[in-house]
Amino acid sequence: MTQLTALGKSPAARTARRGPRRSRRAIALNLVAVVIGLAVWTLLATIGVQGLPGPLEVAAKAGELIADGTLLTDTLASLRRVLIGFLLGTLLAIPVGFLMGWYATARGLLEPYVQFFRTIPPLAIIPLAIVLLGIGEVPKVFVIFLASFLSSVVSTFQGVVDVDRTLINAARVLGASDRTIFLKVVVPASTPFILVGMRVGLGSAWGTLVAAELIAAQEGLGFRMQQAQLYYDLSTIFVGLIAIGVLGLLMDRLLLLAERRLTNWQERR
Amino acid sequence: MNAKISFRDVVKTYPMKEGTFTALDHVSLDIADREFVTVVGPSGCGKSTLLSMAAGLVEPTSGAVLVDGAPVGGPGPDRGVIFQQYALFPWLSVRKNVEFGLRLMNLPAEERRRRAGRAIELVGLADFADALPKTLSGGMKQRCAIARAYAVDPQVLLMDEPFGALDALTRVQLQDQLLDTWSQEQRTVMFITHDVDEAVYLARRVIVMAARPGRLHKVIDVDLPYPRTEEMRLSPEFGRIRNEVWHAVYHQAPAVPAA
Repeated sequence: MTQLTALGKSPAARTARRGPRRSRRAIALNLVAVVIGLAVWTLLATIGVQGLPGPLEVAAKAGELIADGTLLTDTLASLRRVLIGFLLGTLLAIPVGFLMGWYATARGLLEPYVQFFRTIPPLAIIPLAIVLLGIGEVPKVFVIFLASFLSSVVSTFQGVVDVDRTLINAARVLGASDRTIFLKVVVPASTPFILVGMRVGLGSAWGTLVAAELIAAQEGLGFRMQQAQLYYDLSTIFVGLIAIGVLGLLMDRLLLLAERRLTNWQERR
Repeated sequence: MNAKISFRDVVKTYPMKEGTFTALDHVSLDIADREFVTVVGPSGCGKSTLLSMAAGLVEPTSGAVLVDGAPVGGPGPDRGVIFQQYALFPWLSVRKNVEFGLRLMNLPAEERRRRAGRAIELVGLADFADALPKTLSGGMKQRCAIARAYAVDPQVLLMDEPFGALDALTRVQLQDQLLDTWSQEQRTVMFITHDVDEAVYLARRVIVMAARPGRLHKVIDVDLPYPRTEEMRLSPEFGRIRNEVWHAVYHQAPAVPAA
C-alpha cells in the first residue's frame, strides 16, 4: 500500500478510498431490498396464493431439516459432486486451453469439438450419460465436469490468444526462450481470463448439478426437492432453493475474492 | 569502417490481396559504433519495420541486416528495445520488471539486485521500485522500460517512438536524461520518432525516410556539439537544421516510378 500513499493523487488511490464508503451505502440498500422482498412474500402468503408457505413456515422447515441433519447431508452430497466435477473440468480445461491458444495445430484439431459441444446444453447430455455410465455418481459428476470444462476452456484459450504481442516481443528482445515466454508472460497475462472462465464454469456446474440430481439420486439438494414435489411439500422446496442460491453465491464470491487478489495488477478504468 | 548496425539493400514486402505491398525498398544504411541516429519520416515509410529488423523481430524479404558484421538471427539481449507502448509486465513491480532480463542471464541474486537497483536509480524511480505499473504515470512507465533495457547493459539501444505518447514537458526531460546516459555509456542508439525537433536535438545524424514505397530519402548531419543544451534548441544553427529536416520530411517529391 505504500505506493498508493506515495501517489496520493493517483486515480487508483482515489478509487481505493472511495470503495468502502460506497459499499456501506450499497449494503444498506441491499438490506432494504431483502426486507421488502420478505414483506411481499409474507403478503402473498397471507392473502392466500394456493399453498404458498410464508417465510416463517419455511424458516421452521429449515430448522427441522437442519436439526435432523438432512440439510447438511444433502448439501455435502451436492457440494462434493460439484467440486469434483468442477475441479476435474478446470484442471483439464487450463492445459487444453493453453494448447489451443499456443499451437495452431492443437487449435485446428480441438476447436471444432469444443465449439460443437459448447452449443449443446450439458443437461441434454444427461440421457446419454445415464445410458452409458449408469445411474451412480459417475454420470452426474461427468455432466458437471463437461459443463465447467467447456466454459473454462474457451476463456483460457481466448486469454492466450489475446496476450498483448508487445509484451511477448518485450520478453523476446530481452532474450527469453519460448518456454520462458510461455511461463512468465503468457500464463500470468491470461490469468484474468482463466479466473473469469472458472467463475462462469462454477456457475454452470452448479446449475447442472441440481438438474442432474433431479433425475436419479439418493441424496442431494436437487433430490430433496424432487421428493418434496411428490408430497406437495412446498416449504422443503423453498429451503432447497434458498440453500442452492446461498451456496452458489458464496462460491461465486470466494472465486471473485481470489480473482481480485490474483489480478490486482490489472488497470481498471 | 566499423559499422555497428548495417542495413544492406534491405527489401521488405508483404503479400496483399492483389500484388504485394513494399514496406521497404532497397534500403542501405550504416550506423557507426556509439553513434546516436534518429530516423524520421511520414507514417508508412517503414521506419518501425527497419528498427524491428535490427531487433530481430522482423526478417527482411531480401538483403541483409548485420550487427557487428554478423547477420541478425533473432532478438538478443545485446540489443535493447524500447517500445512506444512501454510494454511493461503489468503483474510485476518496477524492480521485478527491471530484473526480468537479468533473471534470463542467470546472474546471482545479489548481482541481479545490484544492477537492477542501479538502473532504477539512473532513471530516477528509486522511490517507486516496489510499485506496480498501474500506479505509474506514462513518463514513469517509460522510464521503467528504459531501466529494464539498461539493466542488461546492451551495446545497442533500439527505441521505437519511445516518447511519442508523453506530454511535451516529460518528453523534454526524458530526452535530456537519455542524452546524459548516452554521453556516459556511449551505446549505439537508433531512435525512431515523428517529431522533427526531437530528431535534431538528439542525433548526430538524422535519417529522413519517404513513404510509398518506404525508402531512404536524405541523411542530414547535425553539426552541434554534445552535450546538447536547452539554449541550443533556440540557436539559429539548430533552427537551420530543423528547417532542413522539416522540408525533407514534409515536402517530399512523390516517388519516381522506375523507368
